[in-house]
Amino acid sequence: MSTPIKPGGEYRGDFLEVDAMLDDEERLIRDTVRAFVADRVLPDIADWFAQGTIPVELAKEMGAMGLLGMHLNGYGTAGTNAVSYGLACRELEAGDSGVRSFVSVQGSLAMYPIWAFGSEEQKQRWLPPMASGEIIGCFGLTEADAGSDPEAMKTSARQDGSDWVIDGTKMWITNGGIAGVAIIWAHTENGIRGFIVPTDTPGFSTSDIRYKMSLRASVTSELVLDGVRVPGDAILPDVVGLKGPLSCLNEARLGIVFGSTGAARACYEAALSYSKERVQFGRPIASFQLTQRKLVEMMVKVNQATLLAMHLGRKRDAGTLTAQQVSFGKMVNVRSALEVAREARSVLGANGITLEYPVIRHMNNLESVYTYEGTNEIHILVLGEAITGISAFQ
Amino acid sequence: MKIAVCVKQIPDPATPYELDAESHLVVRPQDQVLDDTDRYGVEVGLQLAEANEGTVTLFSMSPSGSLQGIRQALAMGADKAVLIDDQALRGSAALTTARVLAAAIEREGFDLVIAGTESTDGYTGVVPQQIAEILDVPALSFARRVEAGDGKVTIERQTATGYDVVESPLPAVLAVTAGSVEPRYPTFKGIMQAKQKPIDNLTAGDLGFGDDDVGIAGSGQSITAVAPIAGRQAGEIIEDDGEAHLRIVALLEETKVI
Ligand SMILES: Cc1cc2nc3c(=O)[nH]c(=O)nc-3n(C[C@H](O)[C@H](O)[C@H](O)COP(=O)(O)OP(=O)(O)OC[C@H]3O[C@@H](n4cnc5c(N)ncnc54)[C@H](O)[C@@H]3O)c2cc1C
Ligand SMILES: Cc1cc2nc3c(=O)[nH]c(=O)nc-3n(C[C@H](O)[C@H](O)[C@H](O)COP(=O)(O)OP(=O)(O)OC[C@H]3O[C@@H](n4cnc5c(N)ncnc54)[C@H](O)[C@@H]3O)c2cc1C
Repeated sequence: MSTPIKPGGEYRGDFLEVDAMLDDEERLIRDTVRAFVADRVLPDIADWFAQGTIPVELAKEMGAMGLLGMHLNGYGTAGTNAVSYGLACRELEAGDSGVRSFVSVQGSLAMYPIWAFGSEEQKQRWLPPMASGEIIGCFGLTEADAGSDPEAMKTSARQDGSDWVIDGTKMWITNGGIAGVAIIWAHTENGIRGFIVPTDTPGFSTSDIRYKMSLRASVTSELVLDGVRVPGDAILPDVVGLKGPLSCLNEARLGIVFGSTGAARACYEAALSYSKERVQFGRPIASFQLTQRKLVEMMVKVNQATLLAMHLGRKRDAGTLTAQQVSFGKMVNVRSALEVAREARSVLGANGITLEYPVIRHMNNLESVYTYEGTNEIHILVLGEAITGISAFQ
Repeated sequence: MKIAVCVKQIPDPATPYELDAESHLVVRPQDQVLDDTDRYGVEVGLQLAEANEGTVTLFSMSPSGSLQGIRQALAMGADKAVLIDDQALRGSAALTTARVLAAAIEREGFDLVIAGTESTDGYTGVVPQQIAEILDVPALSFARRVEAGDGKVTIERQTATGYDVVESPLPAVLAVTAGSVEPRYPTFKGIMQAKQKPIDNLTAGDLGFGDDDVGIAGSGQSITAVAPIAGRQAGEIIEDDGEAHLRIVALLEETKVI
């Protein structure tokens, strides 16, 4: 208690100076991804969103930097800590949730299960080209009739000699149409198992989902597996049951806990700068009390969410993070990002509905983020069960 | 080929600069970043090192205790760094900066020295030429394309209308222009390895300078006062009633632009 509280100074987005907690390495990773987003994403993202595309070349550029599977180690991955992974997700999602989704799916949903549950041969074969972005992966869990309740999936795999034969249809699969390899979760005689399926295997086909209004700069596809035959060594040997896919989702959700704060920050910053320049009734709209309240609420939400993300990230690195704590972060940070986006949208008036500004793009994207990787409601129920000891799922 | 790249660490340009009330010097925060213009020098150095089996050593003078900017350049791929970090250097003018950098470079040995054309925070644009003079080697300025090997360096020197091709024997000093090359992003692996790369910490004394040779004392000048620049005045808006061009031509003539 030696120095007095300072009188204050000029405040930027990081009001609580949360990033002062970062070490040099984490800061450099943050700055590198931020520069990449400024150079490679922001100039074109409105067009990608409008056209419903994401250029596949981005994968190799991100791979060269070390973004893909960065929080794993060995096999060509960068081997950073979890906070760095979170910061990368935050900066990517400040660009667009679609770009962040690409990285989440590649690193946490496609590479992670091979890294965590695969055989040594599987790791050697798949991880290096996935880390470099030469091979894009996808994660097939959800089906049209099995979303929040993945246990209800119909996809099944049966043994035929030494091979496995997989039948079923997966739905809402990010990167599906551009993937070279799919991690497919299927019922077998002894529980749910994961399979590494090259997408050029006969019987495997995809069709992209069109007319999305959200996450447009991201490919979302249906995967059809019609008697897809893979060799015996395509099965992930080291995990049985739903805990396989659920542990992947937990890894990815930490990225969302951070990522959503990036989208929220971008919306808040857009609203702040717009409100200082937009003049109505002879004054900048930032001078109206109602607008200041909106700005303050947004700023507070962004800072709270950022603090929470840092706390959970540090716990992840310390090895003390629980799945329920991840649910806490996913539930509240995405909800609050969506609230910030909607508030920011209103500050921008009519301009807020155009792609000239990032806000409605983030707002629409966040609707997907709210739903995927466990809907908001499912995470509430997880927390409800955690504090009452009573499951309300069924 | 031994390549020395000068990199300046500066306060983050995204945050407002603060002047010390007494010395009128810019307050150097603990966390300084790599001057963006020096990313080009680092990239040129790395490309030449890759083509000539060379090494890249960074040289930086910054009385702040900051390592962040140097780590960024190391993360891009430089082999090691020499940091002259000493409170006695505070307030050094450009010539002192050049003397200190030249002494450190000479001590390490070099075939080629690369610097930026001008820094973002100081922008005197004289340090590279001063270093060349002190080291008694040729200075090549405004370099955009650079090739080196076989004991010589060839550059395209940016001019107002195009470029000159300039050649010089090595050793030499180069000042590269921003935009000359596309600086690489540091890779995450590079960022993680940067911490293990050697950074030699030197004081002015290690290089043979006394306290009076450097810093404010050594600059031979003092900043007696600073004043804020006058705010920009609102421009004149000329409504086009069909005759606006005449008024614009008259204005340009008044200001002797045409
Ligand atoms: C853009 C996008 C990308 C996606 N990418 C992938 C991917 O790469 N891989 C993959 O496997 N999946 C992916 N998904 C699927 C996503 O995970 C599912 O959409 C999600 O799990 C919800 O399933 P559902 O859409 O079938 O909704 P439902 O499960 O049908 O839910 C509908 C509503 O009912 C609520 N609800 C359901 N059960 C309960 C309950 N017990 N109590 C209270 N409320 C309940 C839900 O919260 C929700 O509000 C993606 C989805 C989107 C939109
Ligand atoms: C009148 C006056 C007032 C000054 N006021 C201040 C002040 O308020 N605060 C303050 O901190 N300093 C002050 N200085 C010092 C001065 O700004 C710089 O430290 C020094 O002169 C370097 O000049 P520059 O940045 O303009 O270099 P430039 O010649 O513009 O830089 C060209 C290139 O030289 C290299 N280079 C330059 N400096 C360094 C370095 N330190 N380390 C490594 N490479 C380098 C870089 O590659 C750079 O791109 C003042 C100097 C003078 C003469």
